[in-house]
Amino acid sequence: MKLKFLGKRISGILAILPERELHFDDEIGNFNFSSSNSLKLKKIMGYGRHRLADDDTCISDLCIFGLKYLFDAHLLDKAEIDALVVVTQTPDYLIPPTSNIIQGKLGLKHDLLCLDINQGCAGYLVGLIEAFLLLGNEAFNKIVLLNADVLSRKVSKQDRNSYPLIGDAASITIIERDSVERGIFANLQTDGSRGEALSIPAGGMRMPASDSTAVLELDGDNLRSKNHLKMDGGAVFNFMQTEVPPMIEDLLNYAKAGKDDVDYFLFHQPNKFMLQKLTNKIGVSPEKLPSNIVENFGNASSVTIPLNITFNLGQKLKDQSYAVCLAGFGSGLTWSSMFLRMGELDFCKIVEFVNKGD
Amino acid sequence: MEKLVEILQEIRPEVDFAAANNFVENEMLSSLDVIALVSALEEEYKISIDGVDIVPENFNDLAAIKQLVVKSGAIL
Repeated sequence: MKLKFLGKRISGILAILPERELHFDDEIGNFNFSSSNSLKLKKIMGYGRHRLADDDTCISDLCIFGLKYLFDAHLLDKAEIDALVVVTQTPDYLIPPTSNIIQGKLGLKHDLLCLDINQGCAGYLVGLIEAFLLLGNEAFNKIVLLNADVLSRKVSKQDRNSYPLIGDAASITIIERDSVERGIFANLQTDGSRGEALSIPAGGMRMPASDSTAVLELDGDNLRSKNHLKMDGGAVFNFMQTEVPPMIEDLLNYAKAGKDDVDYFLFHQPNKFMLQKLTNKIGVSPEKLPSNIVENFGNASSVTIPLNITFNLGQKLKDQSYAVCLAGFGSGLTWSSMFLRMGELDFCKIVEFVNKGD
Repeated sequence: MEKLVEILQEIRPEVDFAAANNFVENEMLSSLDVIALVSALEEEYKISIDGVDIVPENFNDLAAIKQLVVKSGAIL
């Protein structure tokens, strides 16, 4: 599906990171592998350090912390928010929606749309597309897109496939109308038939969580239960290598742009190896396609792209504007990309979440 | 083939790769082992293996791995 939007812009991005930082070197003993084997993979995969939320921190806590920061800094006026779009795989509760919880706790106006979307690593693009679509209706002037996950709580600490790479984080992106009719180009693809490649088998209505689903089982040398995230690494890798490069080519053709017209390729980052292979395949220089998020923060699903933007461009996006190509790909399976001019933002930074326990 | 066996046994010392086959199907190599293998092959033979070629059938036995290495530009 190809989409084109006019007269819309991203006006600010804030990433929120939990304070707690864990290091792979301290976790090696948790895995059922030799240290030398794990250390070899450390370099290849980009296992380094990752940010993980405390067990009592939920995504609404991270989002509310970030929104309060913006209100206090006069970077966002709560009365102007017309919609809260939350993209997460780890909501506070099954009911009510986390977006409603945030609206209530912050005392936002009632005349506001709250929307929760269950998407993973393509969720930043899905959220942006939803926000741009909402702005097509005159009732909406300012959309707050909240991407947030605390997925580490659903990953086995004894699963070396996933645990060293997982990260928790949140981001706030403000989307509004633009007086300039500049084109934003996007594409979006879905294949639910391959959805089991990334799944949490138990905990929903199909297989409710129980004592039996909590039993750790050996899968190769990894230990996990049915309550944990299960990733078919080979299938996910193949999906990414076969689907993402043609998607980028298709997007740029649609936008009548070439690779040289793109200043930065800001992609979701599952691990260093996958991203390097993707960089080679697409044929761009590593300087234009940063790959440093997983080793510094972990992979926080849909937050990885806004974290990539704030960490690698930050202040530059306040002062200048750049042609950027965003791409996200993951659970669903869903894959999506977007080509747009981004810059002169009101804010573009990272803050650390401090758990005050309130 | 000796060098390939040596590289494989660096990754999984407990497996006798010279006498085995169906490495991936029989779970002698996990998906992360395949990544470690690709990295080691690239370093040893100064090649770059295309991401779309990193599929189980190219790592299931010594002949398939050798074919992939040659396809990726190595002279064996």
